[in-house]
Amino acid sequence: MTEALKQDENLLGLHDSLGEGPLPETLLSEPVAEEEVERRTVEIDSHALNFGPQHPSAHGVLRLVLEMEGEVVARAVPHIGLLHRGTEKLIEYKTYPKALPYFDRLDYASPMCEEHAFALATEKLLGIEAPDRAKWIRVIFAEITRILNHILNLTAMGLDCGAVTPALWGYEEREKLLEFHEAVSGARFHANYFRPGGVARDMPAGMEEKIAAWAEEFPAWIDDLESLLTENRIWKQRTVGIGVFTSEQALAWGWSGPCLRGSGVPWDLRRSQPYDNYDKVDFEIPVARHGDCYDRYLVRVAEMRESVKIIKQSLAQIKPGAIKVQDPKFSPPPRAEMKRSMEALIHHFKLFTESYHVPPGATYTAVETPKGEFGVYLVADGSNRPYRCKIRPTGFAHLQAIDELSRRGMLADAVAIIGSLDLVFGEVDR
Amino acid sequence: MADQSTAPVARGNSCLSFLAFTLSTSLPGISSAAIEGGELVVRADRDRLIPLMMLLRDDPRFRFEQLMDLCGVDFPQRAERFDVVYNLLSVSLNHRVRVIVTTDELTPVESVHQIWPCATWWERECYDMYGVLFSGQPDLRRILSDYGFEGHPLRKDFPLTGYTEVRYDPERRQIVREPVTLTQDFRDFDFVSPWEGVLTLPGDERAHELRQIMKKIQ
Repeated sequence: MTEALKQDENLLGLHDSLGEGPLPETLLSEPVAEEEVERRTVEIDSHALNFGPQHPSAHGVLRLVLEMEGEVVARAVPHIGLLHRGTEKLIEYKTYPKALPYFDRLDYASPMCEEHAFALATEKLLGIEAPDRAKWIRVIFAEITRILNHILNLTAMGLDCGAVTPALWGYEEREKLLEFHEAVSGARFHANYFRPGGVARDMPAGMEEKIAAWAEEFPAWIDDLESLLTENRIWKQRTVGIGVFTSEQALAWGWSGPCLRGSGVPWDLRRSQPYDNYDKVDFEIPVARHGDCYDRYLVRVAEMRESVKIIKQSLAQIKPGAIKVQDPKFSPPPRAEMKRSMEALIHHFKLFTESYHVPPGATYTAVETPKGEFGVYLVADGSNRPYRCKIRPTGFAHLQAIDELSRRGMLADAVAIIGSLDLVFGEVDR
Repeated sequence: MADQSTAPVARGNSCLSFLAFTLSTSLPGISSAAIEGGELVVRADRDRLIPLMMLLRDDPRFRFEQLMDLCGVDFPQRAERFDVVYNLLSVSLNHRVRVIVTTDELTPVESVHQIWPCATWWERECYDMYGVLFSGQPDLRRILSDYGFEGHPLRKDFPLTGYTEVRYDPERRQIVREPVTLTQDFRDFDFVSPWEGVLTLPGDERAHELRQIMKKIQ
């Protein structure tokens, strides 16, 4: 920015009065009279601006090299990989249950949904199916995770555009949901709760009532959020018509989730390729038409309301029962049984050392995470470790389009666009 | 804002097998098309990948508008050691297909970035992780690994710990790269049960040989 400022000063003829040394060669080549200064045309060089990797609006460690022409973005070149931890390589050296916690650490804003993809992929290769109660618990917690993610994304996007209050309100609401996470799994973020064959443990007593009570009062909070943003003049100025993507573009660039629906494509894996118990709940798929940042915001707000609907229906249909596959080869026996039964003790030991062997095969299993399609391409070779586990991150495809999205826009628009794409770099970089 | 989902809810297996049949009989460049574990898998010839992909995207029977994922898989024991796997999705017809081509370290695969612009980053990632070359790709740079990184980390012959480690040296006031030194060897336990598959106990080789001879005589 300093380059641009200096050149602006040159234009205004302020340079000499500030006493910052001689004028550049180009300007001095033809001496001109004082009164002609105003009519002189100076070509401003385009210059590169490093946005991030330590910029709070970069939502993590995005290094975005912006080629600017004045304040207009001529080209945006994202550099990613600053958070690359080699997750896929590490998973190849771990048994299947030990690979699961890595998924929490990918998209740390929606951990349980990522686990869901790996659990489903492993189940598919093993040929096992989680019991009904486990499926309902997964649906409930996948939706809780969705709301957690959307609260964080929408309020952070607001923060990027100058609205501070939603973020403060959102953190309080997230805290309530993280308590649910903690109650079932013992951890607020890195839950390791969805396992191949079910969930780690049953919900504690009274949990269903707590979630039901929360689901009654949460829509009021969405109303509050909307009262702050939806009709807010500044918010609309920052987002309406910014970062427009048509449905053809969105499809070609591999978009999915709220970003794709914001561009007018009615596509939701929960509806079109349902997994677990999503085929037993009734919900709507919000779709918007214009494909700008504002529409992506509206879709996410509407999705939170749908998630509450799904949670309520799931709570109405959930019944007591087993929460993991009743096969000791795949799920550990209860602790009390291990104290009495030698068999149970052996099974427990085997599971936590050797683990199970997955028959050879390959699957691409995708789930609808809050950000979009999150897929796991899992290749098993018959041993107790994955031969290859490719993680298909959602944000990777979204971020790639940022050059298309922000070109010829203002610098401040790039910030709104990054916010509306819902990027988390744990997932993009893996 | 309305529920406009028109895609069919559940695809019957018959629909997929029809697709597999169509693909395996009527199209050039396909060496096999089958349903493996409920998913349609197409193995294709590397040389005729582009016409096949164009057809898969544009033909009204397939209409795979989206390239959801592109990745490599390494099988070092094979002559053409790499699989390049394309996962395609059709939003309008609600089906998926997996197209697999094979290649080695030197033979490039044709880039599909003209068909799906999102392929650029996936191909960059595949090149970065496996060293698979993509011809016609104008931007084949590394993407996930560090600036100046050497090697292709997801190859099976690349060690998990890597070769170099990076740290900040406060005395020299710069970032230094050094060979990896581990204070403890990498603990790669083989948990496979000794009671399955292994017939000879350590120190018991002689008895095992005798057993083998007895078997042959019988």
